[in-house]
Amino acid sequence: MSVGLLSLIVLVISAVGFVMARARALKSAGGNVRALHSLPSYYGQAALLFTAVPAFVLMALWLLIQGPMIDARIIGQLGPDVATDATAAKLAMSDVRRIAGGLDALQVQLGLSNADLSALRAEVSDVRASLAQVGVALGSDIRAEVFEAAKAYRIAQSSSALAMSITVILTALAGFGFAVMRTTRDFRARNVTEQFILWVFIAAATVAILTTIGIVLSLLSESIRFFSQYPISEFYFGTVWNPQFRGGSDLGLLPLLWGTLYISFVSMLVSVPLGLFTAIYTAEYAPQQVRNVIKPLIEVIAGIPTVVFGLFALVTVGPFLRDFIAVPTGLGNSGSSVMTAGLVIGILNTPFISSLADDIINSVPNSLREGSYGLGATKSETIRQVVLPAALPGIVGAVLLAASRAIGETMIVVMGAGAAAKLGLNPFEAMTTITVKIVSQLTGDLAFDSPETLVAFALGLTLFFLTLGLNIFALWFVRKYREQYD
Amino acid sequence: MTDISQFPASGAPPARATSSLMANTPRTLRRNAAEKRFRLYGLIAVSIALTTLAIMLFTIFRDGSSAFVQAKIVFPVAIDAAVVDKAGTRDLAEMSKVTTVGYGRVLGASLVQHLTDRNIVVDGSTEKEIADMISKDAPARLRDMVLADPSLVGQTISFEAFATGRIDGYLKGRVDREIAARDSNVSVLQLDLADAMVDAGILKSSFNWRFITAPDASDLRPEAAGLGVALLGTLYMMVLVFIFTLPLGVGASIYLEEFAPKNWFTDLVEVNISNLAAVPSIVYGILGLAVFINFAGLPSSAPLVGALVLTLMTLPTIIIATRSAIRAVPPSIRDAALGVGASKMQMVFHHVLPLAAPGILTGTILGLASALGETGPLLLIGMVAFVTNYPASPFDGGVMDPATALPVQVYSWASRSDPAFIERSSGAIIVLLAFLVVMNVAAILLRRRFERRW
Repeated sequence: MSVGLLSLIVLVISAVGFVMARARALKSAGGNVRALHSLPSYYGQAALLFTAVPAFVLMALWLLIQGPMIDARIIGQLGPDVATDATAAKLAMSDVRRIAGGLDALQVQLGLSNADLSALRAEVSDVRASLAQVGVALGSDIRAEVFEAAKAYRIAQSSSALAMSITVILTALAGFGFAVMRTTRDFRARNVTEQFILWVFIAAATVAILTTIGIVLSLLSESIRFFSQYPISEFYFGTVWNPQFRGGSDLGLLPLLWGTLYISFVSMLVSVPLGLFTAIYTAEYAPQQVRNVIKPLIEVIAGIPTVVFGLFALVTVGPFLRDFIAVPTGLGNSGSSVMTAGLVIGILNTPFISSLADDIINSVPNSLREGSYGLGATKSETIRQVVLPAALPGIVGAVLLAASRAIGETMIVVMGAGAAAKLGLNPFEAMTTITVKIVSQLTGDLAFDSPETLVAFALGLTLFFLTLGLNIFALWFVRKYREQYD
Repeated sequence: MTDISQFPASGAPPARATSSLMANTPRTLRRNAAEKRFRLYGLIAVSIALTTLAIMLFTIFRDGSSAFVQAKIVFPVAIDAAVVDKAGTRDLAEMSKVTTVGYGRVLGASLVQHLTDRNIVVDGSTEKEIADMISKDAPARLRDMVLADPSLVGQTISFEAFATGRIDGYLKGRVDREIAARDSNVSVLQLDLADAMVDAGILKSSFNWRFITAPDASDLRPEAAGLGVALLGTLYMMVLVFIFTLPLGVGASIYLEEFAPKNWFTDLVEVNISNLAAVPSIVYGILGLAVFINFAGLPSSAPLVGALVLTLMTLPTIIIATRSAIRAVPPSIRDAALGVGASKMQMVFHHVLPLAAPGILTGTILGLASALGETGPLLLIGMVAFVTNYPASPFDGGVMDPATALPVQVYSWASRSDPAFIERSSGAIIVLLAFLVVMNVAAILLRRRFERRW
């Protein structure tokens, strides 16, 4: 039974529950609505919620957990030498899944019954040829135990699906029965419904906490696996990044960290002056009509996807810098460089800084400006000596947040910074960043359990805490030094 | 500011020969100049930012608008029964054994024949060169046509084939004779032929719907690559993200704004939401890979996984927008509802939510717009794969089928070597920007039309 059909059945049962509970409540009051504790539809709602919500929650949990449960069982069946070696288990499972998919296709195309399939034996018949017939090409002949495991996998999957259908429908029916039985004249349906909805809301709010836990746990657990294969000190203090396909890689963080910080620094050199002066101009100088045009146009920059900036870096900015600056001055001959990525990220971050700074400058009270004008200061003197110092904590906070965004930026550096991990000072050379290497290590064809892949999680962990630290520091800084004007 | 310290503290009044009310002192002039300069810096900053934006949009439209146009060769094709149906039985099983190579020969021979008939001859060009002007994608389409309608065998039909990417690039001005002389995929003679065919009206450029509907194509056939799979994948993801985020975001916001007591749990949720909003998007990709693909065993490249990742990523921003929409409903409305005996939940559902709905919807649309352009996390969950089959309908489990997404298609085309793909990539950006403009305009209109100010 498919998930869609199952959901439909649960929805139908809940709808029936709504109608029945409502009718039952009315009947228990003898048709007199005023004798009921709550409005009739609350009785219906209570039944609907008690039927649908637990059933759907159960279904979602089941779908999330059945995969790993079945895998664990099948791997256990494949024998101890597979079960203890994570890489072998992974490989075996992908074979098992492919064969199981092929058996499904065989069943559909040749109209075989389940009994026919379970009678198939890898040792006897040429399973590989018949699987190739339905488009499942296998590299080598199938080992008997793998084939048996594939058959067991299919059975486990279909029985798990069946068990899920039954359990979910039973849960829905139990909720239905419970709610309908409780429906009497004096049942406090509104209070119960509202309490129930409140708990659903609380669960929705908890998703934010669960996401954080999920991020930290997934990063930590895989990073710990990485550090069990690769020494932690060599990762954090290694100066060479040179992953190899066959192991023996050098996976030092420092070149990546240097590239990340260098590119972010260049980007801040662009975005801080641009953003601050834009904010000063729009907040202090521009007449209302001009402001109404400029501000939305600047915001447009913030709405453009980063991959568009990435293409701009790759196709326009990179070649321009190479042909007109780097090659004539002999500084380099690569289109992708620290400068390319830094400039483009700087432009991307300009509206972020300008809109934050704009708000902060606007929140400086006018009495300060007027006091300064009254002493005879010009507008720019007022801005430089009164407004900006008053707004400084907020502006520093905005700059720190922008730095954290520049550090975490992915697409522009993937397309504009290059892939060479280098510790150098020349801004027209290609360098690489943490995010670039996360993408390249996780989108390659390496085995999942090799340190070359797992290093991406350690990089992710470093990036997560780097940006988190910057954000927390920015918030703390703003809170500590902010002036309160009333 | 006339500085007091200019005057000596004691003694006779200073000589003021240089200073008059009519002429500014040098110091004032300097300060006024500084004032002008400072103002100019602001204008320069604004113009740098806006000029860069303009240059970026200009280059993308310049490079990309030609992706919607494609050079096509229209000529009669004699579908030779001796090639496509050797047995002559019109038996589909038998006919499907003929590969695209056979159909390619049919197309090539027909084009050569047609050019000879029309007396279009370029000295020195071989038949192979003529046949090679037809896209490698055309034989596959002809084969599909014939297999769908076997009665075509033996007939002569008028067929519209794509020209190869190089011929297409020549008509668009991307390829010239100098480049062609160095390029092994196209010869100068072919360009001469193309000129002659354009004059004869056989080769012409027209709007190319297949750029929007067709699936991706391999490196060798840039002319056949389209956005079909990416658009479907993006559509599936956006619908799912909307379905997931709206109840979660509204539920969490109502709880936090209307019900939450001030305790450690609420504080924890608040801290988490504000921190999650600042987590780099790539980290959500790692989360999706570790939890949904490696732990839960969901298939990679599936729109469902992409939607889950994007949901978790946009949820904080949507919660922040929803909360401010709820907060904008004045307390007097709540007091009035409670005053006439509504319960707190009734107050929320009957009064606060309907009044906050336009703001909530606007925030959600803007959140979806930012999710629409997100690329990094989708790369990690495998949506960068080369997918040529459309995902099935969502009711057939299509959300689990491999697909790509619009911004990811931009990236994967940009990383291919053939310059024809840069054109495709920019064209895909134009489509992406069109969607973003529509969503943002919808959000602005919604706000203008329904927003109430108290």
